[in-house]
Amino acid sequence: MCCRLLIPNWLAGLLATGVLLILLVFTASHGAVQIPLSAIPDLLLMNAPLLSDEQQFWRDVLLEIRLPRVLFAALAGGVLALAGATMQALFRNPLAEPGLIGISSGASLGAVSAIVLGGGSFAILAPAAFLGSILATALAYHLGRRYAGMAGLLLAGIAINAICGSLMGLFTYLADDNQLRSLTFWNMGSLAGATWQRLALLGPFLLLISIWIMRYWRAMNALLLGEREALHLGFAIKGLRRKLIVLVALLIGPLVAATGGIGFVGLVVPHCARMLLGADHRRLLPASFLLGAIALVLADYIARIAVVPAELPIGVVTSLIGGPFFLWLLLSRKS
Amino acid sequence: MLSLDHVSFSRCHRPILNQVSLAIPAGEFTAILGANGAGKSTLLSLLAGELTPQHGHVRWAGQDLRELANSQLARVRAVLPQNPGLGFNLSVDEVIAMGAYPFAELSPSAVAEVIQAAQQWADVSHLTGRRYPTLSGGEQQRVQFARVLVQALAAQQAGEYRCVLLDEPTSSLDPLHQHGLLAAAQKLAQEAGIAVVAVLHDVNLAARYCSRITMLAKGSIIASGIPCDVLTPDHLQQTYQLAATVIAHPQDPKRPLVLFDC
Repeated sequence: MCCRLLIPNWLAGLLATGVLLILLVFTASHGAVQIPLSAIPDLLLMNAPLLSDEQQFWRDVLLEIRLPRVLFAALAGGVLALAGATMQALFRNPLAEPGLIGISSGASLGAVSAIVLGGGSFAILAPAAFLGSILATALAYHLGRRYAGMAGLLLAGIAINAICGSLMGLFTYLADDNQLRSLTFWNMGSLAGATWQRLALLGPFLLLISIWIMRYWRAMNALLLGEREALHLGFAIKGLRRKLIVLVALLIGPLVAATGGIGFVGLVVPHCARMLLGADHRRLLPASFLLGAIALVLADYIARIAVVPAELPIGVVTSLIGGPFFLWLLLSRKS
Repeated sequence: MLSLDHVSFSRCHRPILNQVSLAIPAGEFTAILGANGAGKSTLLSLLAGELTPQHGHVRWAGQDLRELANSQLARVRAVLPQNPGLGFNLSVDEVIAMGAYPFAELSPSAVAEVIQAAQQWADVSHLTGRRYPTLSGGEQQRVQFARVLVQALAAQQAGEYRCVLLDEPTSSLDPLHQHGLLAAAQKLAQEAGIAVVAVLHDVNLAARYCSRITMLAKGSIIASGIPCDVLTPDHLQQTYQLAATVIAHPQDPKRPLVLFDC
C-alpha cells in the first residue's frame, strides 16, 4: 500500500510514545478547571505548604482526578485496541472485535443484572460484569469447539450475544427509572471512576497480559497465511486459539467491568495501525496499543470538555468520532 | 524416514485412500501423479500430519507422526499447500521470513543468509520490498515456495532427514518458472539430501525432474518407482483413463516422453 509509513520501527515507537506523553500532560491540564502548563512543574515538585490556595486546588485536581483518569484512559485504549488486533488475527478477519465472542455482552448482562437486582454499587457491579464476560466467553468457546475452525466459535458467539441482549432487555423492562438511567450510562461507558486505587489494581495486571499477548506475534503472523500454514510452521492451532481467547477475555473482562462499554476502539484502531504499518504483528500489536492509548486519551478529553461542566459518555464520543473517521478512511483509500 | 504403512482414509464414509504404503527416501524427488480426486492431496496431508488415518500408520523415523510435537515437526518438515491465499497486507520479505519461525535460536544474520539463498533458488529476489497482495498468482506461489525453502534449509545438519511436501507447486506458473521451481526442488533433493515430494499434473515435467514417481488411481497406488519403469501406456491408462504412447525423449533417450493419444 502506497501510504505506508516507511520509518524504522524504533523511531515509530518513539514518536508514538512521545505523542502519547505530550497528550497525557496536555489533557491532564485542560478541562473544567484549567491548569496552566507552566504551573505543572511547580505543582508536582514543590512541597504542599509552599503552594498558594489556588495552586493547592490545581494540585488536587491534577493529582487526584486528572492524572489517574488520563492514565486509565491510555491503559484502557491500549488494551481495547490490542484485544481487537488479537481477535482480528485469530478470526483472520479485519472486522473481528472482542464483542464477537460474547465478552462485551456478557459483561453488560452482568452489570445490568447487578444494577437491577443488587443495587449497582461498584463493588457489586464490577465483579458481576467481569464474571459475565468470562462466563459468556467460556460458554461461546465451549459450544463453538464442536465445529472445525473459527466458524463454530463465531456462531456460538452470535447466539450468546443474542441471548445476553434479550436478557438485558428483560432486565431493562423490570428496572425502575433510576436503574434505567444507571444501566443506560453504564452501557455508554465512562472513565470518570478512574482512581489511583483502581489503576494500581488493574494496571500491572493488564500490562502484564498485554506483553504476554504481544509475545505471540509469530503465531499471529502465521495465522495470516492460513490455519494449515500455521500448523505447518509448528503452531498447535487449537491450543493457540484457546490461549489467545483466554488472554483477550482476561484483558477485556476486568476492563469492561471498570469502564462499561467503550465501542469502536477495538475495531478501528488496529485497522488504522495496519494501514499505517502493514500487517506484521511484531509491529502491529505494540502499534495498536500505542495508537489505542492515544485515541482514547483524546476521546476522553473531548468527552470532558465538549459540554462543560457536564460530561459526555466516552462510548458516545468514540463511536461518534470513530464512525465517521473510519468511513472517511475507507472512502479515501484508493483501491 | 517418512513413510505410510497400510494407510486408509475416508471422508464422511467415502473412502479416499485404501491401504496405501509408501516410503519417502532422503535425497529423492518423488512425484505423486493421478487424476482429479485420486487422493493425491489427501496423501500429502497425511504425510504432513494434518490428517490422521483411520487405519494404518504414518511414521517419522519409525515413530507414529501423532506422537511428535508440532513444533518439533516444523523444524524438519516444510509444506507448500495448494492455492495459498493471504487476506492481510504483508510484505514479501515478511512472508518469506516466516519460514524461519520454527528456528527461534537462529541469529538474525543466519536467518538473513538462509533467506537470501532461498530467494535465489525460488527466483524472487527482485520481488523483495513488494507487498504480497500486489503480486500475481504465480509470483505469490514462488514467494510461498521461498518461504518453504527457508524452513527446509534453516539450521539443517548434515545427514539429518528432512522432508519438503509440495502440493501442485507449479499450478499457477509459466513454463519458465515451472522448470525453475522443479529444478530448485531437484537441487533440494540432490544437493541438500532432502526428501522432496510434489503433487504434479504434468507427466513429462515429472519425468524430467523427479527421481521417483508414484501413480495414484481411486485411492490406491498403481505403480511406484523410477520414471522409465512407471511411465508405461498401461499404467497411464489406469491412472488417467487415457490412451498414451511412451517414446524415448529425442534429446535424452534415457528419459521417457509421454504423448497422450487424443
